[in-house]
Amino acid sequence: MRMSTFILRRTFYIVFSLFGLSILVFVLARVLPGDPARLAAGNNAPAWAVEQLRKQLGLDKPLYIQYFVWLNDVFHGNLGYSTTTRVDISSLVIKYLPASIELIVLAALFQIAGAFILGIIAGRYSYKAPDNLIRLVSYIGISIPAFVLAIILQLVFSYYFKIFPTTGELSTGIAGPHTVTGFVTIDSLIAGKFNVFGNALWHMVLPAAALCTGAMCQDARIIRSGMVENKDKDYISMAKSQGLPDRTVTLKYLLKPSMIPAVTVMGLDIAALMANAFLVEDIFNWPGFANLGLNFMINKDLNGIVALVLIIGIMYAIANIIVDVIVAYLDPRIRLMERGQ
Amino acid sequence: MQLMEKIRTIAKRYDIKRKWFRFSRSPLSVVGLVVVAVVIFLALAAPFITPYPRQAGLQTNLRDKFLPPSSKNLFGTDQLGRDVFTRTIFGFQYSLMMAGVVLLLVVPPGVVLGLIAGYYRGGWVDMAIMRISDVFIAVPPLVLALSIASVLTPSAFNAMMAVSLMWWPWYTRLTYNATSSVRNEYFVQASEVMGENSFRIMFAEILPNCLGSILTKITLDVGWVILLGSALSFVGLGAQPPTPDLGTMVAGGSIFLPGQWWISMFPAVAIIVVILGFNLLGDGIRDIFVEETR
Repeated sequence: MRMSTFILRRTFYIVFSLFGLSILVFVLARVLPGDPARLAAGNNAPAWAVEQLRKQLGLDKPLYIQYFVWLNDVFHGNLGYSTTTRVDISSLVIKYLPASIELIVLAALFQIAGAFILGIIAGRYSYKAPDNLIRLVSYIGISIPAFVLAIILQLVFSYYFKIFPTTGELSTGIAGPHTVTGFVTIDSLIAGKFNVFGNALWHMVLPAAALCTGAMCQDARIIRSGMVENKDKDYISMAKSQGLPDRTVTLKYLLKPSMIPAVTVMGLDIAALMANAFLVEDIFNWPGFANLGLNFMINKDLNGIVALVLIIGIMYAIANIIVDVIVAYLDPRIRLMERGQ
Repeated sequence: MQLMEKIRTIAKRYDIKRKWFRFSRSPLSVVGLVVVAVVIFLALAAPFITPYPRQAGLQTNLRDKFLPPSSKNLFGTDQLGRDVFTRTIFGFQYSLMMAGVVLLLVVPPGVVLGLIAGYYRGGWVDMAIMRISDVFIAVPPLVLALSIASVLTPSAFNAMMAVSLMWWPWYTRLTYNATSSVRNEYFVQASEVMGENSFRIMFAEILPNCLGSILTKITLDVGWVILLGSALSFVGLGAQPPTPDLGTMVAGGSIFLPGQWWISMFPAVAIIVVILGFNLLGDGIRDIFVEETR
């Protein structure tokens, strides 16, 4: 098994890219027009205060020294201080990240489940009514930007039908659980407060649905086309002629090779989930990392923006390594090739 | 006469007739083409066909604010009394311009870099170009575009710059893969043996073989660039008011939900229609090229 070298090589490339990314964002944030010290001090601050702040933040040093100082801090788990509010960014990240991860994980679950259900139905009944309907719906699903869908869902399901809550993480009047992990769902289960857990889930349904729809439709179409492509292959005819039930043929023999391209794309779709979270969290007033990041951006908080891009890059990298491993596991060609080398 | 002759030869060379036949067999592709054609027409004709063209700019009409849709204001009026129909049609203009500018800025350098990296595959040029493009792909496009746009002053121009800066690697990768796959074909080797210069081989021999997939990607990308642009506008990092931008209109109108739903919902539907149209068209174009390579 040469799986380990494969993963190591991928990890090396990703770490390299992350370094490049940190340089890119760091340099952009400091080279682009706009004086960071002036931004941090505010428009009305006197010139000497701006200069003092520039020294204090280390902005008077050459760019490469600033970068190495920053990098050294990052390796010590310190993302620096927000240039606008002077709050420790690491503590903000720890406070806001869990809510986003909860949302993204739920959205990913929706996405995977929905994609398989829709894709299998469409592939099983290809060129018949269910397939055509699913194709039409998924075309529209792919074309709706997540923030538009979020607003439409909010309008329909919380304003008109009042099934789901409009905004927030928990209903007013429901106290959050004692913080252990920072994840409201996990903490409420630890505390044994099942009503809080249910309430939290209830608040997550609409934002998660808005997040995952585009990616879900895309994946469903990939699964469907994979199944249609494999349907005419000899091994399927053989399985059928041996009298295997339809269900076994579809779910066991047809699905497995057809889902490999879909799983690969799902890795990329995680990017869509994380990016769309920026807009969707804003609409649902979700107290998450993306919402925090949006605040950084709007206030031009340079350290905050750099930290934000880096953390999202790391999360995306981890997700992609996991997907690579799953694909290598699913696809015997990759597995055997690795072994044969 | 000569021109017609020329068009005919070009059509023959690229087999336009058969491609069109195949394209027109798929109803969804035709729908896509029609939607795109209508949107482009509306955008170009916006000043002549909209009832209140001046309300796309600075003019306001506070007396008539928050009017629901009626025969006078098809899509109702917004918080400043401006006709939402007029502004939505003008919004198409901005969306298409955004997509056009970004793709014009992004496709040529992206494709050229991909060609070079693919042609000198395995060398240090390949290494440098592809590793740099990896850096831009290491983070979701929207996040990087948002970050870049946020350190700049928010404006339509800067939003286009931000989107362009993170979009080129996708064309580099696409062209790189396409180039690598024909790199060792006999016709390329033959040109090399004949002592053709590498510049000519890249652009005259290899590039034409990549055009199908590049064209498909361009069509599909119009939708994605519009989506990304509207997302930037939605958070206030794109076109600034009073520019009639669809994303800005959705964001501005969402405050008045659910009462005055028309202010945000019509622009929202307009965004969906544009993106859907280009997606359908792009898939149609891909189908004619994919069937060919099979």
